[in-house]
Amino acid sequence: MRRENLKENLSVLKGIWKYVVRHRLLVILSFVLAAAGSVLMLLIPKLVGEAIDGAVAAGQVDFEAIMPILLEIALLSAGIALSVWLLNICNNHVVYQVLLEIRTDAFRHIQKLPLSYLDTKPGGDIVSRIISDADQFSEGLLLGFTQLFSGVVTIVATIVFMFLLSPVLALVVVVLTPLSWVTAHFIAKRTYGYFSEQSAIRGEQTALISEMIGGQKIVQAFRHEEQSQKAFDEVNGRLCKASLRATFLSSMVNPSTRCINAIVFAAVALAGGLSVISAPASFTVGSLAAFLSYASQYTKPFNEISGVIAELQNAIACAKRLLELIAQPPMEPDSPDALALNDAKGQVDFDNVSFSYLPEQRLIEDLDLHVSAGQRVAIVGPTGSGKTTLMNLLMRFYETREGEIRVDGHPVRSVTRPSLRSSFGMVLQETWIKNATVRENIALGNPDATTEQIEQAAKEAHADGFIRRLPQGYDTVLGDDEGGLSQGQKQLLCIARVFLCLPPMLILDEATSSIDARTELKIGQAFAKLMKGRTSFIVAHRLSTVREADMILVMKEGHVVEIGTHEQLIAMKGFYYSLHQSQFDIV
Amino acid sequence: MKKLLFFLKKYRKESILSPLLKMLEALTDLAVPLLVAMIVDDGVAAGDRAVVIRTGLLMVAAALAGLLLAVIAQYFAARASAGAAAQMRHDLFAKIQSLSFTELDRTGTATLITRMTSDVNQVQNGINMGLRLLLRSPFIVFGALIMALLIDVPSALVFALAIPLLGLVVFTIILSTMPLYRGVQHKLDAVLGRTRQNLSGVRVLRAFCKEEEESEQFILSNKDLMRAQKFVGAISAILNPATYLILNLAIVALVWRGAVRIDSGDLSQGQLIALYNYMLQILVELIKLANLIILLSRSGACMKRIGAVLDMRSSLMVKGNAVPEKAEGRVEFEHVSLRYSGAGADSLQNISLSCGAGEHFGIIGATGSGKTSLVQLIPRFYDCTEGCVRVDGVDVRDMDPTFLRGLVGYVPQKAVLFSGSVRENLLWGNPDATDEELWQALRAAQAEEVILNKPGGLDEPVEQDGRNFSGGQRQRLCIARALVGSPRILILDDSSSALDYATDAALRAALRSLPWHPTVFIVSQRISSLRGADRIIVLEEGLCAGQGTHDELLKDCEIYREIDQIQTEGGPVHAS
Repeated sequence: MRRENLKENLSVLKGIWKYVVRHRLLVILSFVLAAAGSVLMLLIPKLVGEAIDGAVAAGQVDFEAIMPILLEIALLSAGIALSVWLLNICNNHVVYQVLLEIRTDAFRHIQKLPLSYLDTKPGGDIVSRIISDADQFSEGLLLGFTQLFSGVVTIVATIVFMFLLSPVLALVVVVLTPLSWVTAHFIAKRTYGYFSEQSAIRGEQTALISEMIGGQKIVQAFRHEEQSQKAFDEVNGRLCKASLRATFLSSMVNPSTRCINAIVFAAVALAGGLSVISAPASFTVGSLAAFLSYASQYTKPFNEISGVIAELQNAIACAKRLLELIAQPPMEPDSPDALALNDAKGQVDFDNVSFSYLPEQRLIEDLDLHVSAGQRVAIVGPTGSGKTTLMNLLMRFYETREGEIRVDGHPVRSVTRPSLRSSFGMVLQETWIKNATVRENIALGNPDATTEQIEQAAKEAHADGFIRRLPQGYDTVLGDDEGGLSQGQKQLLCIARVFLCLPPMLILDEATSSIDARTELKIGQAFAKLMKGRTSFIVAHRLSTVREADMILVMKEGHVVEIGTHEQLIAMKGFYYSLHQSQFDIV
Repeated sequence: MKKLLFFLKKYRKESILSPLLKMLEALTDLAVPLLVAMIVDDGVAAGDRAVVIRTGLLMVAAALAGLLLAVIAQYFAARASAGAAAQMRHDLFAKIQSLSFTELDRTGTATLITRMTSDVNQVQNGINMGLRLLLRSPFIVFGALIMALLIDVPSALVFALAIPLLGLVVFTIILSTMPLYRGVQHKLDAVLGRTRQNLSGVRVLRAFCKEEEESEQFILSNKDLMRAQKFVGAISAILNPATYLILNLAIVALVWRGAVRIDSGDLSQGQLIALYNYMLQILVELIKLANLIILLSRSGACMKRIGAVLDMRSSLMVKGNAVPEKAEGRVEFEHVSLRYSGAGADSLQNISLSCGAGEHFGIIGATGSGKTSLVQLIPRFYDCTEGCVRVDGVDVRDMDPTFLRGLVGYVPQKAVLFSGSVRENLLWGNPDATDEELWQALRAAQAEEVILNKPGGLDEPVEQDGRNFSGGQRQRLCIARALVGSPRILILDDSSSALDYATDAALRAALRSLPWHPTVFIVSQRISSLRGADRIIVLEEGLCAGQGTHDELLKDCEIYREIDQIQTEGGPVHAS
């Protein structure tokens, strides 16, 4: 288990390395600067100690010896400051560049991922990989760069310097300091339990809050305020206790380690003082001062490193999720000799098409369907019967498992995706509005459209009226909440997009489901004009639309169960007939 | 700030003791360099081992005393912050429950939830850290300065110069990067927005072949983000080297000056070491202080937002106490207009209607025509801006609000259930209802079978948002919930839209035969649901386009006739 973990981590590190290695010169520079800076930094306390040794008592101050040492310290500090600054800049550059590249790769990759992957992943998951995982990864990487390496160098060098000054004292420090580490670890482990308790109760409370505040109108309508306050207070009381425990325990880490470090410091002062008395020649007061400063700094990188390691583990976990996304197999690219479909006539054939989302679940099987140019095909059936699946196949959002779909006689697989998709105008039940102006939204499929064309399209979609009532008319920016547009208004905008493009074929998937009956009637007339001469596939529930279709596909549980005109299907007295009948018996 | 003190009032002892104890703890820190000086001067210089050992042990004792003081102080800080946060959440929740629909609409659910969760957490963290560090860090900085002054005034001049200089650098850099970091966060939000949009619109974007263009736009925002990150990174990168350099130059000055003072016999070697150690202490505390200030300013912003919610006042200011002589369920609207606060136009305009006790009243119209607004005036979810709404002859604004809401059973458009059991949900209508009464309500709401088919019966758990029930089942449970209270007035706000025609018809029949004959308002887009009503009002953009029975409207109201035509001839073909 552990070994597998290691292997996995190694492969993630390899993936990260691919990005980091592009900036290898800067990385090498960063390592050199970190090593040099850390070692030089440690020279300073030693030099300060030597300077102090030059000033023993009144009349015994050797200014000639002190002066050059102090100058050395000043120059050295300036050099160190410069190298630390360069190091930071270097690290920033590498890390943010890597972050940019890895995010860009991930985003570009999403554009190539098949919908069969995207549809099965909750949208929030992919977003959080690109945003927060990438962010945490870069933070971990930055910390790793700035602190891990220099921390290790500092620890090693400090030990070396301390042993050079006094082996005995160095031993005291080396033996005692792990104590602070162990204590911190011990507390952190306990705290973890309390923190998870706290976040569990917090989660419970947030659920209660969002439920009660989300349903606040119902709470008030049923005069339920007192009871919900009672339920809230119960959780709130538990949260207060758990929070107290977690906060208190976690706030013990600092004082405890500080106390242990102070004890180490005292031990050094004590033992150091005694050794100066017993052997003043080999261990001077200045050395003691230097030693004390080492001892107080020595524990810092330890605590930092344990923090950095936790961060790095997190960073690797985040990088793993991000790299996983980038490693997902993309769609098969269009072959280089693929045909660009221009000015399609609109003849569509399904030959023995089979398809299912999951291999074990059969959906469309052996579908044969031949639609001549300009025909109108209506697709009806209960919700979940697979009407949308046909649209997915036509647009090549999904590929058929078997059989072939042809447009104007060309198999769709041999046609470039962009040219195939631009041949269809699509309006879906789920509206999607871009975070941009109304004008840009309508011109999505035809960015070169003139203002007149855009407004004409909006008029035909009966959207012009409400757009003009928006605060900035066509230049109103539709934000994340779509600027307060109703579902129906959004649908009208999506319809306007198609009116602007006028592609040779149409796919209308419940395009008017959120529009009230009277507006729909008016759009229906515009649609009728649009559909004239264009091959159209319509998922609809208005009988008038369905009745006028040249061909009706009746779907049930993923299968096409009946095909024919309205009259033929009624005469068949099959599923269509019963659907039709059941609606009108009661009304 | 005043608000904050109010919440800390209950924890006055903790809030005062915690910082004081932290100051005492700081004293033990400040004593250390002095003790080291004693070891050097009285012990080492004099060759007295006993002094060295005694002083060393004293240092250990100081460390232990510091730990003890810190433990108590941290406990008090944790108690005060956790307790104040709990009190804040309690008050916020109570406040939100008292807000009227107008404020709830204006503020929005998401905002209120953020105030109660992350904002309160941030404030709690701020209180905790503030109590612990706000006094301690400055105390150590100034304590070190004072100690230095006590040791030797001329040498301490170096401190007097170094502290302001270090403080200036630390605060300038940390405080100036704060808004820059906020800018980075905004740019990150932009990248997030683009990613989320790209995924939610993947079908449309691919249909219009926008992949390349989207990628380019993404790269632009991403580069924008990177530039901001590098910029703020470059400024932050100055902090460590700059303070390091200043500190070391100060040490150089200190040693030089100290050497001169030692030479003249005014300073001992041990004292110089003590001064050196004080200098090292200062920097750490200054950086801690600057970070604390950032944290506190963030918490302060959160506290302000929390205070804004607590200061909100319900706009349903007038609270009457009248009670009608006889609660029958009569409803009258007299020239009623409604304009939502902040809206540019009236949502209802000059509506008059009258509905007798026990009558069924239908409301029909396109989406956005004001149907829901109309019925929400009856239980006084909103106040009309003109005219007057009367229930049983009493203006609803004069009526005791609790009494009024007890009179009305409301079934919302969106079927909202709460997590718990079916029974708990139904009891919302009337906490004292017996099981038999619950079953009666379920029967009338055509939901009896739904619950009978569940293994738990009335105890069947309801998950959050009722997601373990279908849309139609939820609607029927919401109707049953309203029926449990046997309300005089029942309002169904398009609440049978997910029911099939047969169930809908059976529901209407059941409502007609309820033993207490309530007045019923039915909002619907389907004529078939309203056909049997005693009276129907047709709304069109907030105006009354016609009123009467089904047959009268067919004759006189063009819009009604049109809707009828579409629905009977071009009715839906598929069930859902």
